[in-house]
Amino acid sequence: MTPARPPSESGPLQVRATVLTVRRVDAYHAITAVAPGIAARFRPGQFVAVAVGGPDTSMLLRRAFSIHDVRPDHGGTVEFVFAARGRGTRWLAGRRTRDVLDLVGPLGRPFPVPRDPVNCLLVGGGYGSAPLFPLAARLRERSCTVDFLLGAASGDRVFGALTARRTGRSATITTADGSFGVRGVVTDVLGQVIHDARTDVIYACGPMPMLRQVTALARRYDIPVQVAVEEAMACGIGVCMTCVLPVVGTDGVTRMVRSCVDGPVFRGELVRWDDIGTIPFDAFGAPGWEPRPRRAAAPDGGGARAGDGGEDGARGGDGGARGGDGARGRPGHGA
Amino acid sequence: MAPDLRTRLGGTELPNPILTASGCAGSGRELAQFTDVSKIGAIVTKSVMLAPRAGRPTPRMAETSSGMLNSIGLQGPGIDAFLQRDLPWLLSRGARAVVSIAGSTVEEFGERAARLAGAAGVTAIEVNISCPNVEHRGQVFACDPVDAGAVIEAVRARARPEVPVFAKLSPDVTDIVAIARSCVSAGADGLSMINTLLGMVIDTETMRPALAGLTGGLSGPAIRPVAVRCVWQVSQALPGVPIIGMGGVMTGRDALELMLAGASMVSVGTAIFHDPSACARIVRELDEELARRGVEKASEIVGLAHEARAGRRS
Ligand SMILES: Cc1cc2nc3c(=O)[nH]c(=O)nc-3n(C[C@H](O)[C@H](O)[C@H](O)COP(=O)(O)O)c2cc1C
Ligand code: FES
Repeated sequence: MTPARPPSESGPLQVRATVLTVRRVDAYHAITAVAPGIAARFRPGQFVAVAVGGPDTSMLLRRAFSIHDVRPDHGGTVEFVFAARGRGTRWLAGRRTRDVLDLVGPLGRPFPVPRDPVNCLLVGGGYGSAPLFPLAARLRERSCTVDFLLGAASGDRVFGALTARRTGRSATITTADGSFGVRGVVTDVLGQVIHDARTDVIYACGPMPMLRQVTALARRYDIPVQVAVEEAMACGIGVCMTCVLPVVGTDGVTRMVRSCVDGPVFRGELVRWDDIGTIPFDAFGAPGWEPRPRRAAAPDGGGARAGDGGEDGARGGDGGARGGDGARGRPGHGA
Repeated sequence: MAPDLRTRLGGTELPNPILTASGCAGSGRELAQFTDVSKIGAIVTKSVMLAPRAGRPTPRMAETSSGMLNSIGLQGPGIDAFLQRDLPWLLSRGARAVVSIAGSTVEEFGERAARLAGAAGVTAIEVNISCPNVEHRGQVFACDPVDAGAVIEAVRARARPEVPVFAKLSPDVTDIVAIARSCVSAGADGLSMINTLLGMVIDTETMRPALAGLTGGLSGPAIRPVAVRCVWQVSQALPGVPIIGMGGVMTGRDALELMLAGASMVSVGTAIFHDPSACARIVRELDEELARRGVEKASEIVGLAHEARAGRRS
């Protein structure tokens, strides 16, 4: 549990991080902790895995949260946002200044950022918008324009609306109950926003059904979309194989890839949304699966590297984001 | 003086008796970001099948009090990729590799062992017999003394003679000693125990089973007393047979408990998900526990709980 040995230049660290603040932000909580190594290595879209419950905890699995902010104070701090709705996240919400948290991070593949100054639309659902703010800052450094489209069930669940309004070229808000912004869901207005903002690239983070619909619309408008998925995770570091989803590689082969290390950011159109929660019959290693001839038709005509297994699988997705928050949503993950 | 933690596993000397548990450390690569894999007693790799496997659908995991359920379904790239990529990597890092193999027929297990015999640098083979036998109506090998013995015999016959073969036992049996005996008579050089216990969680919000595969394997501290009991019973019945104990080990104290019950080595599984540097920490804690009790060699305390008046040691 002590800072782990290998101070390699990149890659995740395990640190004991002192809590600076625990704040309530509308329906959510935000914790800022001192973690210089993680802050220094962080790139937007990456996440931290947090041990919960203290010593001798009965909750063995780390909770994964996107990093919302890093700052240089105290040598480097990280902030993450979560909804306190399970035992683990309620324990986290009860932390106080100077408590110590065991954090592992930064984890996962970050959002790729465009080389050219293009128009970027950042779409967030609930606290899934948290990782979009450091991404927005990075995009602006690259002279991209940033428009926001944020949605949630109700006004107090739209995370970061004010910051979005202050820092985005535009910010559109939707709520299912109509208590803030447009009544409806983000995909109701996505087409209009894309049109008005002349969007070139979409980044999205939030619940899986939202990501799936955003991807479908982006395809319709022929706009590239990077999504940060929320899959239930147990370890966050790639050893347990619980967080898999079917993703098509650059060679056209579908693999069950780990969202914690091969994602959480994927190119939206490479995720087989309809097959999440199943093993598609044509997935690498599915029952009855046979290796195809190496140059078998890949959709992009590619047939690059036939790959050899889960590990390289999602490289095709080389982009991305990381989703939501804590507990990554799923029942059974315990939050 | 610091206690001597060195432990023999077949012809190999391990620097300490703490191993990773199969399926909880991949093939060591991810852990190397947090901990020096050459300082772990040995890396027990994820059970490898002949062909690539996609595993079971998600959700594959549910947290429980002091434990978790998993139904991964042995997802992995198959033995060829393992031999080309993972094993050489482990060896290049100076780690010792215990290779776990799985299969769905006796012949498949034998074939896997033959494939491994061609590879240098395997410290031991752990045979995961907690798999359904497709030739016996899906009955799990580990639950039938005859099937379990047949697998071990097939593996022992085709593995390199100098490489020890450990049979990994399931606790989900009426008489674990009977299975253990059968494996040892079939040629097992040692026994690993315990694999997960079959369990189930129902999500009371959705009112449906939490796992897509319905049932899953329970691991973590919740099962430690079951592990201690299994190791105790088997080491009582088969003294002298090396045992790799596992099940819910979170600390050096827990490792010591399994060693007192009769395990000469201890694997750490679920604890790694909680703490990626768990193995190194547990080695350190075990060292402290032994030093505090004035134990000079870790091997001295193996099975000590079986001795009358063990508690009298100072
Ligand atoms: C996610 C997960 C995957 C596992 N995969 C394997 C496996 O591939 N082969 C095997 O023999 N045991 C496997 N096991 C069982 C562990 O090796 C170990 O026997 C069991 O989890 C008990 O130890 P623990 O409580 O320390 O985890 C797995 C356990 C978990 C939690
Ligand atoms: S969460 Fe364990 S492999 Fe991804």
